[in-house]
Amino acid sequence: MTLKGGDVRQERIDRGIKVRTGGIYAVSSWKEIGYLLIPRLVLIVGLLILPLAVTNLYWQRVISIVGIYALLSLSFDFLTHFVGLVSLGGAFYVGVGGYMAAILNTKLGLSPLFTIPMAALGGAAICTLFLLPCLPLRGVYFSIVTLMYPLITARIIEALNILGGTDGIVGVASFPNRWVEQYSLFGLLLLILFGLRRLVNKDIGLVFRGIKDNDQAVKASGINITHYKAAAVFISSGMGCLGGAYLVHIYMWSGISQLALDFSIIPIASTVIGGGGTLVGPVLGAFILVPISELLRAFGTLRIVFYSLILMAFIIFRSEGLMVYAQRKYHQFERWVKV
Amino acid sequence: MTSETILEVKEISKAFGGIQALSNVSFRLHQGEILGIIGPNGSGKTTLINCITGFVHTSSGKVFFKQKDITGQPPHKIAHLGVTRTFQVMRPYYSLPAYKNLIIPLFSPRARKYGGWRGGGKLGDRNTVCIDILEEIGFERDSFVPYKLASALPTGYLKRLELARCLALKPEVILCDEVFSGLSASEIASMIPLIERLQMEGITLVMIEHRLKELFRVADRVVVLNFGQKLTEGIPEAVMEDERVKEAYLGSEDLSDYV
Repeated sequence: MTLKGGDVRQERIDRGIKVRTGGIYAVSSWKEIGYLLIPRLVLIVGLLILPLAVTNLYWQRVISIVGIYALLSLSFDFLTHFVGLVSLGGAFYVGVGGYMAAILNTKLGLSPLFTIPMAALGGAAICTLFLLPCLPLRGVYFSIVTLMYPLITARIIEALNILGGTDGIVGVASFPNRWVEQYSLFGLLLLILFGLRRLVNKDIGLVFRGIKDNDQAVKASGINITHYKAAAVFISSGMGCLGGAYLVHIYMWSGISQLALDFSIIPIASTVIGGGGTLVGPVLGAFILVPISELLRAFGTLRIVFYSLILMAFIIFRSEGLMVYAQRKYHQFERWVKV
Repeated sequence: MTSETILEVKEISKAFGGIQALSNVSFRLHQGEILGIIGPNGSGKTTLINCITGFVHTSSGKVFFKQKDITGQPPHKIAHLGVTRTFQVMRPYYSLPAYKNLIIPLFSPRARKYGGWRGGGKLGDRNTVCIDILEEIGFERDSFVPYKLASALPTGYLKRLELARCLALKPEVILCDEVFSGLSASEIASMIPLIERLQMEGITLVMIEHRLKELFRVADRVVVLNFGQKLTEGIPEAVMEDERVKEAYLGSEDLSDYV
């Protein structure tokens, strides 16, 4: 770039405090502890006061749904940016988890306290089992095949009239009150978010990232990549099933609308907006996108037009994603240097 | 040199569609030797390695490792047995720092079984092992090079990283696919002692090379491929005297044929 003073380029340098807090010396001063803790606390406290701050009955329902989309976005980001599997099967995970929780609740009479963990783990096992045949696929082929799963499942339920058919399963128990519902959901969301952040930097997480970077080299290292891909799909689909189970207990109903493609597509949009590969970005993306989508309901059928415009603006002006941008500003300073 | 066979390739053939990449190639690899595989471009050298290490399924023929048939096994099982390979086009994990690249092989079942290190403790034992291996292979321990992203490393270091990935597995056999190509003369000069040391440590090496002069300094025997067929094998000096080899590399020696 040429300015008045001649050719210059922008240089980015890590802040000293960022470099220092990279090691164990971070505990040496309050300033550095604060540097590390404040962003995390903002997120945690922010999420925890959100249910208190929202008084409107309609918006209280919305933030529960946002939490579910945040889980799905997290699951999408993990599988895409840390394992290299771009899965469009989000709706399938939600459907499997949802139907499982509904069946466990209505047929066996289990309370949400048991159905939700059982649906998350059992649903993850089912999803992983069904996705096993497509694990050798890479890139867009994996995406296309996973997209088929929710579509096929919905049509099968419709055509064979199983699992309640088009009526779905009604009479699912709800949560005792909205505090239990929202705080358990947000608590799990935070737990999974920080858990995943640890996981991807552990040795096993590096194997996942290795599969994304270069699966041939992982094979040549004597590691069975199918095992690890299956493990990653289990983790990711478990989050989706957890979201599905929550959704069913919130709506007190399970039906084929839980296999709707929204659950596959909106997580992608929130990952794009929030910044892929940051894990926390997609969560924030969901917290921005879903409420925007609700606000735009006032525009009636034009809603989707405005929604698309907002998405396009994000992609054009902040294509790296909000969190990538924010992290850069937080950790680095920029200056112009003469070339 | 012992003459015990560690790896035996028996009449391997591989066709990609109508192209016969390998036809009836057989050779034996002796324990502890360095075997060079040479041949003009497209003669099937890399395909041969791919067939041995399971990255490509053979059309016919068998591969035996220590008298055990390993034909058609998946790559990770063959690597688990100790037959490792480098890639001609380097395949590091570009988004990871150089030393973190070695965490992945160190995490493999083989490294955990035979590595002799416990790995993965709270103080990051694996990280230490990574730096140790990188130092052994020629990364300067106290410099910043091992901590650089693999995407920022020059070719010479990437080639070493490929070898380091094999070493992390405590291999018995390393199949090197052109580790010298793309390196300067001085870089190769520093690689050769490394190769010799690996041999002294008891690792058997197969080296595909185009840099014949450097290869012949280390290789005990050479196999020559041309158009997927084995032309000859023997000690380097004898092989280079072979008329068929000269012809494969240089075309016909006698220009009067063309005049």
